[in-house]
Amino acid sequence: MLEVKALSCGYGEENILEDVNFTVDSGDIVCILGSNGSGKSTLIKTIIGLIKPIKGDILVEGKSILNWPWKRRAQLISYIPQSFNSTFQYRVKDIVLMGRTSYLKFASTPSKEDERIAEEALELLRISHLKDKIYSQLSGGERQLVKIAQALAQQSKIIIMDEPTNNLDFGNQMVMLKHLKNCSEKGITIIMATHLPEHAFLYGSKALLVKNGRVAEIEKPSENLKERDLRELYDVDLELVEFNLDNRNIKMCLPLI
Amino acid sequence: MTSSLRTFNFLEPLSEGKNNEKEWTMDILNRKGRQYRAIYPFIIILIGIFLFSFAVGRYPIDIITLLKVLGSKAFPIEKTWSDTVEVVVFQVRLPRIMGAMLVGSALSLSGAVYQGMFKNPLVSPDILGVSAGAAFGAALAIFLSFNTAGIQLMAFCFGILAVALVYFISQRIKADPLISLVIIGILIGSIFNSFVSLIKYMADTEDKLPAITFWLMGSLSGIMPKDIKNISIPILLGMAPLFLLRWDLNVLSLDEDEARSLGLDTGRIRFIVIICSTLMTAAAVSVSGIIGWIGLVIPHLGRLLVGPDYRLLIPTTILLGSSYLLLIDNIARALTTVEIPLGILTSLIGAPFFIFLLLNRGRS
Repeated sequence: MLEVKALSCGYGEENILEDVNFTVDSGDIVCILGSNGSGKSTLIKTIIGLIKPIKGDILVEGKSILNWPWKRRAQLISYIPQSFNSTFQYRVKDIVLMGRTSYLKFASTPSKEDERIAEEALELLRISHLKDKIYSQLSGGERQLVKIAQALAQQSKIIIMDEPTNNLDFGNQMVMLKHLKNCSEKGITIIMATHLPEHAFLYGSKALLVKNGRVAEIEKPSENLKERDLRELYDVDLELVEFNLDNRNIKMCLPLI
Repeated sequence: MTSSLRTFNFLEPLSEGKNNEKEWTMDILNRKGRQYRAIYPFIIILIGIFLFSFAVGRYPIDIITLLKVLGSKAFPIEKTWSDTVEVVVFQVRLPRIMGAMLVGSALSLSGAVYQGMFKNPLVSPDILGVSAGAAFGAALAIFLSFNTAGIQLMAFCFGILAVALVYFISQRIKADPLISLVIIGILIGSIFNSFVSLIKYMADTEDKLPAITFWLMGSLSGIMPKDIKNISIPILLGMAPLFLLRWDLNVLSLDEDEARSLGLDTGRIRFIVIICSTLMTAAAVSVSGIIGWIGLVIPHLGRLLVGPDYRLLIPTTILLGSSYLLLIDNIARALTTVEIPLGILTSLIGAPFFIFLLLNRGRS
């Protein structure tokens, strides 16, 4: 459904990524891997429209979305940035309700229906008990879940996340990944930048490797993402172990020194 | 793809019967009522201070007479009071009260929306140079011996000109739009402030320098009934769109990238906010001179009382701002025989009050 064609992007005139091509189907979980500063966030921001591409096109169902207004884009793609907070002490239910902004007519406020959708998004993530809490006072994990609830309330077809498990403890990482998996099973496409190759091995239907301004697309990373790809990607000597668990072939990267 | 999207039923009702329409309407009414119930006390406070303000001043008017005089405009009430009372109420005190309410609400609301837009609770309405521009306009007009109307017009126009300069210069800078606005705002503001100093330096020390200095301290003592007409139009014109955009203002107060990805055309909303705030502030400052602190303190107080949601915060800041300046103006009128300039009082009361707010927030 999402097709990125011959895309060059960066800040100003300077290309950070060149000639990026890949396609994403609905329900895919796409993991973007790459070292710090390789351009993962740039790619993400360009897809969302926060940075204008220098060349190339982004198509959804064959149509270019580059000139779509923010409202229309928001109904297609929701975005969960790397870090987020709010200067003002909004309540969780209001933050989730803000996910409905793209459906509101100009100069109107959310309706009862919008409130219902927001509440259901909270219920779906089992965080209804947080709804009257102050968002900026929540823990990192709770805030991350609230942002996902906001994205669900936005009812977009694609959720793009910049390092969703960053700053989360192990338990919260698992909760987060479980919810993302649920979303993808319901037909929502997840595109996420991540630092853990295991995400690609375990859940990814596709991996995008970002290095030296180029992006390589790897289908079914659990089979096709090889040890040497990762060695090259991160410029380190790493060991990939494979084992069998419940008839699943599991791959893990070991940080051996 | 399209078909699978239509089956997005995970956000459909889990298990919920359909309410009938009547219940639904009732619920809407209740909900709206509940939502705005929080501001009722502020309305009552404002009405109280409003009525009390008529009694403040050297000519004594008791509350019964006052209600009768005010009521006589709407109902046929037998006239038992002197013409002087009527003149004092309608020609002297009413314009002043209206002026205080309009100026107080305009400055407070500007502050509230700018704080959201700049995602910074320490921003005040003059961050984009409107006050500096207006001060220059007024000082120049006084220097050139313009009459009161001329001074007001110059203040209003230069206030708007200053912000227009800031906005259009910042648009040409390739950096974060908010940071560009703040920096250019400070620069343009300091240029206009230098011009004000220059005019003060050149002004006649017998009459013009004191007039300029006094204008810069802010006062409502010279306000006339026609001034109210002149400023109420731009102030209401500024307030109405901000109230309509109250939800968008919530989203605008989030991070720029987040707001956009939620579907908000931040550039357009920012433009509207700047126009509305500038209209209101320039109009207010043109009749009152520079009155600081209100635009900073009142939104804080509002947020403390009703939270940051602009659906409630906008009516709250309007009501609190009106009440606050009305109260301060009463103090200015009544405390001493010679009126104390408002700018002095608002900072004398505003700054310690702000410290108190910050200390209390830290504790809770």
